[in-house]
Amino acid sequence: MADKKWMPRWFYQLASPRWCYDITGKLLPLFAWAAALLLLGGTAWALAFAPADYQQGNSFRIIYIHVPSAILAQSCYMLMAIAGAVGLIWKMKVADMVAKCCAPIGASIAVLALATGAIWGKPTWGAWWVWDARLTSMLILLFLYFGVMALNSAIENQTTAAQSTAVLSLVGLVNIPIIKYSVEWWNTLHQPATFTLTERPAMPFEMWMPLLIMVLGFYCFFAVTVMLRLRNEIVTRERRSGWVKDLIQTQFR
Amino acid sequence: MTNSGAGEMFFWGVLKRDLLLSFRRKSDLVNPLIFFLMVASLFPLGVSPEPTFLAEVAPGVIWVAALLATLLSLDGLFRSDFEDGTLEQTLLSPQPLFLVVLAKVFAHWMMTGLALTLLSPLLAVMLFLPVEGMWGLMASLLLGTPTLSLIGAIGAALTVGLRKGGVLISLLVLPLYIPVLIFGTGAAQAAITGLPIAGFLALLGAILVLGLVLAPFAIAAALRISASS
Repeated sequence: MADKKWMPRWFYQLASPRWCYDITGKLLPLFAWAAALLLLGGTAWALAFAPADYQQGNSFRIIYIHVPSAILAQSCYMLMAIAGAVGLIWKMKVADMVAKCCAPIGASIAVLALATGAIWGKPTWGAWWVWDARLTSMLILLFLYFGVMALNSAIENQTTAAQSTAVLSLVGLVNIPIIKYSVEWWNTLHQPATFTLTERPAMPFEMWMPLLIMVLGFYCFFAVTVMLRLRNEIVTRERRSGWVKDLIQTQFR
Repeated sequence: MTNSGAGEMFFWGVLKRDLLLSFRRKSDLVNPLIFFLMVASLFPLGVSPEPTFLAEVAPGVIWVAALLATLLSLDGLFRSDFEDGTLEQTLLSPQPLFLVVLAKVFAHWMMTGLALTLLSPLLAVMLFLPVEGMWGLMASLLLGTPTLSLIGAIGAALTVGLRKGGVLISLLVLPLYIPVLIFGTGAAQAAITGLPIAGFLALLGAILVLGLVLAPFAIAAALRISASS
């Protein structure tokens, strides 16, 4: 190949399951500590020290779980679709594995976002569930996760399963902007976005800072779960290769 | 110039072949329509035969029934081609897969979506849909059902290699059908209450155009993946 390498070196290295296993092993404790500290600190600040809302009182504090999980459920879908696209284009096994790991995690986070939303909706709107654009599009996201998982488990050949799932998750990507703009396009009961990149949050600092910490904590926690699942997947799929056999022998001797 | 002419001929050839095939197997053609009628007649029996109530739910019931009937017909879209090897030959042919897929989906729509649209006034009368809502319902079905065929073909292409594709297709496709359903029933409801329906129809049209441009790529990619295993 004479053409210039336009992708950084680490991108090609990621394609090697062994290198990926090593690097996630090094990153894992880092992210685990960050997740633990951020989530503990954020929860303490959010529950004990942040001021109560002047209208909703203390019931608003569920925002510190609800917003991070809702953001993460969408990010996880994007990661799944991007990893799927990388797997389709560059035929990287590791990208396929990442996409496969994302689906169950994303589904459970989407369930968490919907459940906390329902719990929050009961005292605020007086109903567990309303058929509102934001809620419905989040429900569709959950259904898309279920579809991706069902398709992946229905196809026996792992390569075909990964490719088919990638196509499906790329098609489902149209739902992400719908979720994002559902509060702006339709008149809904759901409040508009809490965080935007361009404007200052409408909340006071003591309220949004713990939320930001919780969001970061959720991302770190997500990274930990993805890496744990990924390492598991790598070892399972590469179990016949020499380095995994060596690894198992050194670990369980 | 000659190349595009050949592509055009190819498109019409595939379309003609698919239409001919479905006319030869009449049951495939008629079954979704009978299903459409049956599902819609379950609602008055199961929920309430009250005309005022039925008039209120009629657009939703007809849309859901049309959606389920389309879903039912999807499994066969690529299956026979896959099983007798036609699909592999098509993949090997020099013509773009985009055209083949578009022709097949178009044929599928003519056999299901278009037929369902033409049948819908009958159901509308059975369900006491107000006359003002009739055109809104038919226009929304006419614009919405091609999108259903396009999205559904992605699911059919992804599951064509699997022995039990039926339930799986519904799981893959139904979440993506929801926006079409929302705008479709929205148009019909607006027509009943005398509100302008142009906005809903414009949205349905926009979704259709987006689907026409993007879905064939996804269908073609899915077919290649399914055929390669």
